[in-house]
Amino acid sequence: MSGRLLYIGSVFFMAASILATYAVPQIIRFVVDNLVGGLPLTSNVFVAALVERAGGVEYLRANILSVGAFTLLVAGAGGLCNFIRGRFLILGSEGFIRRLRERLYSHIQKLPYAWHVNVQAGDIIQRCTSDVEVVRNFIASQLIEMARTLLLFVFAYIILFSMNVPMAMASFVFLPVIIGYSFFFLRGVGSRFLAADEAEGQLLSVAQENLTGVRVVRAFGRERYEIDRFERENNNFANLWVRLGSLLSWYWGTSDMITALQMIITCVVGVYQAVAGSLTVGEFIVFLSYNSMIIWPARGLGRVLSEASKTSVSLGRIKEILDAPDELDLPGAFEMPVDGDIVYDGVTFSYGNKKVLDNVSFTVEKGTTLGILGGTGSGKTTVAHLLCRLYDLEPGNGSISIGGADITEFKRAWLRRNIGIALQEPFLYSRTIKENIASLMPRYTIDDIRKAAGISCIGDAVEAFANGYDTVVGERGVTLSGGQKQRVAIARAILGNPPIMVFDDSLSAVDTETDAKIRAALNERTSGSTVIIISHRITSLLKADKIIVLEDGRVIETGSHPELLEQGGVYSRVYGLQSSIEEADA
Amino acid sequence: MNYFEEEEYLKPFSLKVWSSMLPYFKPYKKELVIVALFMLYCALIDVAIPLYQKHIIDSFIIPKSTAGLLPVVLLGVFFAATAMIAVVFFTRIAIKIEMKFSRDLKRDLFNHLQTLSLSYYNTTPVGYMIARVMSDTGRIGEIVAWGLVDVMWGFSCALFVLVAMLVLNWKIGLIMLALVPVMLLVTIWFQNKILHYNRRVRRANSRITGAFNEGILGARTSKTLVIEDINSADFSRLTGDMRRNSVKAGTLSAIYLPVILFIGSIAVTGVLVSGSGFVMNESMPYGTFSAMISYAIIIFEPIQHIARIFTEIVATQANIERVNGLFEKKPEITDSPAVIEKYGDNFNPKRENWEPINGDIEFRDVTFMYPDGHENVLENFSLTIPAGTTVAIVGETGAGKSTLVNLVCRFFEPTSGKVLIDGRDYRERSQLWLHSNIGYVLQSPHLFSGSIKENIRYGKLDATDKEIITAAKLVSADRVIYKLPNGLLSDVGEGGDKLSTGEKQLISFARAVIADPRIFVLDEATSSIDTETELLIQNAISNILKGRTSFLIAHRLSTIKMADLILVVRDGKIIEHGTHRELIRQKGYYKQLYTMQFEDELDLAAF
Repeated sequence: MSGRLLYIGSVFFMAASILATYAVPQIIRFVVDNLVGGLPLTSNVFVAALVERAGGVEYLRANILSVGAFTLLVAGAGGLCNFIRGRFLILGSEGFIRRLRERLYSHIQKLPYAWHVNVQAGDIIQRCTSDVEVVRNFIASQLIEMARTLLLFVFAYIILFSMNVPMAMASFVFLPVIIGYSFFFLRGVGSRFLAADEAEGQLLSVAQENLTGVRVVRAFGRERYEIDRFERENNNFANLWVRLGSLLSWYWGTSDMITALQMIITCVVGVYQAVAGSLTVGEFIVFLSYNSMIIWPARGLGRVLSEASKTSVSLGRIKEILDAPDELDLPGAFEMPVDGDIVYDGVTFSYGNKKVLDNVSFTVEKGTTLGILGGTGSGKTTVAHLLCRLYDLEPGNGSISIGGADITEFKRAWLRRNIGIALQEPFLYSRTIKENIASLMPRYTIDDIRKAAGISCIGDAVEAFANGYDTVVGERGVTLSGGQKQRVAIARAILGNPPIMVFDDSLSAVDTETDAKIRAALNERTSGSTVIIISHRITSLLKADKIIVLEDGRVIETGSHPELLEQGGVYSRVYGLQSSIEEADA
Repeated sequence: MNYFEEEEYLKPFSLKVWSSMLPYFKPYKKELVIVALFMLYCALIDVAIPLYQKHIIDSFIIPKSTAGLLPVVLLGVFFAATAMIAVVFFTRIAIKIEMKFSRDLKRDLFNHLQTLSLSYYNTTPVGYMIARVMSDTGRIGEIVAWGLVDVMWGFSCALFVLVAMLVLNWKIGLIMLALVPVMLLVTIWFQNKILHYNRRVRRANSRITGAFNEGILGARTSKTLVIEDINSADFSRLTGDMRRNSVKAGTLSAIYLPVILFIGSIAVTGVLVSGSGFVMNESMPYGTFSAMISYAIIIFEPIQHIARIFTEIVATQANIERVNGLFEKKPEITDSPAVIEKYGDNFNPKRENWEPINGDIEFRDVTFMYPDGHENVLENFSLTIPAGTTVAIVGETGAGKSTLVNLVCRFFEPTSGKVLIDGRDYRERSQLWLHSNIGYVLQSPHLFSGSIKENIRYGKLDATDKEIITAAKLVSADRVIYKLPNGLLSDVGEGGDKLSTGEKQLISFARAVIADPRIFVLDEATSSIDTETELLIQNAISNILKGRTSFLIAHRLSTIKMADLILVVRDGKIIEHGTHRELIRQKGYYKQLYTMQFEDELDLAAF
């Protein structure tokens, strides 16, 4: 059943269960007034018909047990309705929230990389968890609570006014007072709740900073100072709540007082109505019962209303994420083979105002290897990001094409699937190593995975773990070193033998010996593929068919290793330094 | 962020667990008694309401008379007013108990954490400790205060209702007495079940948070691997789990309420059927009949309270045990009683007895194994470091370069052998004495939220503004500071995250220098820092080293070149030592390491 239907069903059954609840005092009234008190049946035709059907007043007086059975029947039916209401509600609201969570998650996955770079992870996580919880609370409890209170009022209003108008008026006189009082009071102290929350946040961050910075604390011998600081915030937090408590205590006290006054007023009016002969004992009992049935929801309504206002804020924050535009493909984007020459033609790219690539042009012929040498901030990682379309070029800032087709003409996913990329600071999921290498894709067998791991020289290390390839990495499992992570990332990139492979400084944390081994194995494996190796280590690049040197976003030198050496520029200077450390320093 | 998953089990009630909290009850004995008394009064009023209505029916409605109504109304208002006062006071005091009880617990836990050794911190996630200090204590305080409220009100209310019913009509009262245990058992059973599923919901929730975290932090990788849809499918399993358990918990609640209300209806029906007979043969007045029905309706409230609080008291034992678990951890490094006697402890130092420090350090025959390790990382290691020497420690990431520093700082103590400072075993002096004389700059410098000035002052709490500026100048931090809009008063953000790593490092240098320590320890940053700041840092380091015994965990060539002595670490052990030239000539591991580690830096130099 769809969420909306479940919701409507829930409200329907709620109405039925309220009617059943309201029926019980009416039965009591019938027993008191008609069976015991012997008054003639004055109430509506429906009741009269029901009594007639059951055998008449005389019969029921003699067989009071059947009235009892009827009461239980009504209560049972009400209970059943109540259960269906609750079940529908939980199914409807949990289904809705699940869909919301999944929509958020998959949307975030698909948002452009530029969006990810610009947001704060903590803030987004909070929106996806706390704000979703606020919404859940609203639809699972506050909304239905409002509907319930409204129905309780409407039914009570209809029934009570049809019974005795002055009594009904007495019963409703305090309702607006108590609703308004709760609403405005709780709204008024809202800022104090906020202040208390902030004090808790403050206390939390003092504790957190102390515990994360424990080495600094110890190194300076600042334990006393830290304890005093914590004590201060701790007291502040406690005191704010104690003060808030004093306010709340008045609220609760006066609410109770109003509730009691409501009851007393009903009694007084009841006495005068009885004296005037227009109210029976049974009716009086009905009024007292209904009174207690509606006064508590009325008290709750003020709270619900004041809290519900938070929901719109949370919804707005969630909507902001959902409204951010996805990565889109151009109309007519295709899935053609991604091979052929890679051509960067006059590529210029900026992050905000900071230009990182300035008119960069180069060609990587199909099946060859390009090396890119550059220092920190030279723009070499951006070259890789652009190829995978993590960022798109602005119109008029050059173009990137593969096999003659502009990369924007490919479907984005298709393009990326055909480019195996290993990043310098790779991200591993808290899954097993096997799942990390195969990216959860079932088409790879364990042999494929082993082979890829072998080439990237991580196989032996993985086999050494107690659970081998089923070892979970990350917080809930083993921690891998930077070099190990890089090697897993390389295995991941080469698995499936994509036509294009990019290694973005992906061996920087691996020692020279292993580096050489991996490169030798890679050379064999990647034959036929077009490869881009980005590094600041010349030994990683010197076998490349062509090498470009990037500096401040510009290509300053191009050529093969021997050619570049001959040019006697930056490349040869770096090479000289890297290969002759011994002579230079000893 | 840590998403430490902790299993929680339901255990039977244990007085022993709760009695460990006894000392925390003590300061609030008086308040607890007062709250209990107020609750007794509130229950009394709640039970009196049906009797009040009975009186209205029997004395005014049935005889159709208003004679004597005014005093009865006034009495009602009077009792309502006293009840209000009772409510005002009990809530006020209960909140006070709740907050102060948990405040005391928080304080003691936090203070205790300050005494624990760093080895504990190395193996315990911060989230684990935070959960204990913040949430568990809050939960315990809540149950202590409001549990008392509920228990007192619930028990006395249920008791008064039963007594009132038995007195009014003992036959009907007995029906009630039979139903109470049924209600109680049903409620406890459901509460336990619901609690069980709620825990699963919480666990599923923390997994979902973790998945969001990973989905956001791993976005770039997911995109390049094109596994967005696979991730979403994976996530869908988590939300499915969450939904399943939420629905189970919600359905149980949806069953529970109608069931307990139906049992209440049986009570009402019982009263209705038997009571109407009594009224007809005039052995029971109308008002009494009405009151009996009211009691049959309201008895369910206190029963529910009692049952709920009972499950919660048992559930809170888990929180208490977690808190106690932290209290039971003992510091591994402690000063001997004699040392404390002479030099004071960490919280109350006797600075007047502290000897000045010169800075000679000697490792004498030191053997060391980490408490969680399996083999010695140092064996019979001896090294004399005269005051003023600069020692650089080099090795690969994870090779164990911090071991010596940990020993010098007495974050760990030698398994055997001695570390001598100025010729005396450092265990003969207090930890605080040593720490006050060591300046320590971490690889990823930790700043506290607040202004730059406050952060520098952390090194010397009574430093004047002038001293702070001098220290900042000495390490060239002033160049960074004056680029910021508010200068020294600029906010550094939480953990200093408004500043770059290089800037943080400079501030932490200033913080170390203002204390004017004799021993200086630097764990150099590995991450790349822009060239300009890098130069400032190098300049700062050479300024700081002058005249101090220093240990540098070095990652940069320029830093190593400042050293008088280089120690080379591999697989946790010191395998070579000497000056740079000596080590290069040896053509050993150092040379290899050096070639690999510093070529990147050479690139930069070449550009």
